[in-house]
Amino acid sequence: MIRIGNAQAFWGDRNEAASELLLRQPNLNYLTLDYLSEVSMSIMAIQRTKDPHAGYAKDFIEVISSLTPFWHKGSKVKLVTNAGGLDPKNCAKACADVLQKASCHGLRIAVVTGDDVIDTLNKNPENPLYHNLENGTPIATVLNRLTTANAYVGAKPLTEALLNGADIVIAGRIADPSLTVAPCIAEFGWQWDDYDKLAQATLAGHLIECGTQVTGGISTNWPSMTDIAHIGYPIVEVHQNGDFIITKPANTGGKVSIETVKEQILYEIGDPNAYLSPDVTMSLLSVSLKNAGNDRILTTGAKGKAPPTTYKVSATYQDGYKSEGSLVIFGPEAKAKAKLCGDIILQKMAQAGFAPERSLIEAIGAGSVVPGIQTNTGSETIECVLRICIADSKQEVLDYFSKQMAPLVTCGPQGTTGYTTGRPRIRPIFGFWPCLIDCTMVTPHIEYIDI
Amino acid sequence: MTDNMNFQGTLRDIAYARSGDKGSNANIGVIAYTEDGYTFLKEFLTKERVHEFFNGLEIKGVKRYELPNLWALNFILEGALDGGGSRSLRIDAQGKALGQAILEMKQEFLREYSPPSGRK
Repeated sequence: MIRIGNAQAFWGDRNEAASELLLRQPNLNYLTLDYLSEVSMSIMAIQRTKDPHAGYAKDFIEVISSLTPFWHKGSKVKLVTNAGGLDPKNCAKACADVLQKASCHGLRIAVVTGDDVIDTLNKNPENPLYHNLENGTPIATVLNRLTTANAYVGAKPLTEALLNGADIVIAGRIADPSLTVAPCIAEFGWQWDDYDKLAQATLAGHLIECGTQVTGGISTNWPSMTDIAHIGYPIVEVHQNGDFIITKPANTGGKVSIETVKEQILYEIGDPNAYLSPDVTMSLLSVSLKNAGNDRILTTGAKGKAPPTTYKVSATYQDGYKSEGSLVIFGPEAKAKAKLCGDIILQKMAQAGFAPERSLIEAIGAGSVVPGIQTNTGSETIECVLRICIADSKQEVLDYFSKQMAPLVTCGPQGTTGYTTGRPRIRPIFGFWPCLIDCTMVTPHIEYIDI
Repeated sequence: MTDNMNFQGTLRDIAYARSGDKGSNANIGVIAYTEDGYTFLKEFLTKERVHEFFNGLEIKGVKRYELPNLWALNFILEGALDGGGSRSLRIDAQGKALGQAILEMKQEFLREYSPPSGRK
């Protein structure tokens, strides 16, 4: 049986979680850290335009620093992560620097690259596989604005790295569950066509990849959780036959229950009979969950078939800029006043010749978060947040917008407040381009750094 | 079969939920607390009702999947996220609120709603 934990759900999660998890669960065999959501690659692309060596998740280096005491004391824990982002090599170098300065000798870092396919897409833009999966548009329409393109590679190169003695595996874009599948295969020697076992490991990875989301975080009944300030991070105890128990360290907050596990099973899935990963096509329709003690759920029954012959690709392209501003409106008819303020801003922009290509006015607290639904909240609200968000391909339009919020403090409705956060920031928009690429066109590459 | 379900309030009384994003689509998982609750949901929580409930999001279509082993339904709301993540102008660009939203659905809506004629 091996213990695999997760201490990073997304880039922005707690840097302290890794050392805390290891302190509470010293017999952890593997630690996965997931930094790459759909939006992260765009952020890294922005960072990289300012500094060519900044295309990876810098917070990961802090995590490495925090773990050096454990390696000094003889911990054998191994890390598997996609913190490499757009630049796994520089991420690994920065790691190696920290480890060397901390005298953590004997550790091996593996750097996995090959997921970056932007050059491949550029060479053959008419390939129908590169059409936008959501609307069928050919990639030629955005080719000159393409910023990143990364294939969701699977567990194979990570497994090879582990079998070659890597203690820290740093990759770029990997299918999130594969971070958990790789240690299972390395330890248990499963074959790549043991699809039912791969499905179980993929399910385990799917459950822990979002950290506290399976241990009580964002649960429907969150207020009923114990000690919600200290929700524990998840661990799976995986057995040779693929069955696993999902749990969390003792004396941590939150809960692991059939409910919290079911919620995370249902998170971000499409057809439950055909969850596609580069390692396996998984079916969730015979999964079974059983209580196995306090905060321990035995999970069995995931079934698998061969994976697709294409990898999913997540590409991003420059698509203008956006900016959002907010003000708080207090008083009767707050919602109507907020809408009027939004209209005033748009009128002024149009009059100045800067009408934005896209705009949205919301009254937060008065039914805008999910528009149109009937809820049980009482009568008309007396306070709300005016939120106005605009997008345009020309930065000058957004520059003009950024100066239009503050004047409402003296010419808007009485009861306008909450204006001290400064001018709205302007952020580039990175459009999302999901497409496919033939597996044969992607060749992962592994390098090693020995400390 | 389902009429003896004494369910008077909102979906929250018989189910829990979680939503997430996939590009410009959102998914919402709805899970019944009991097997009776799942039987009720299977009959009444149709994709038409979900589409109507979320009409304000200008959804292009709704797909529905059943997970009887987990007493759960999974809905894909196509185009619910106005371009998703980076592109959307909405405050909830990733559909994090949709799980809580669907649980607001009133039981009368579930029992009495019929889609307007002509809606697929």
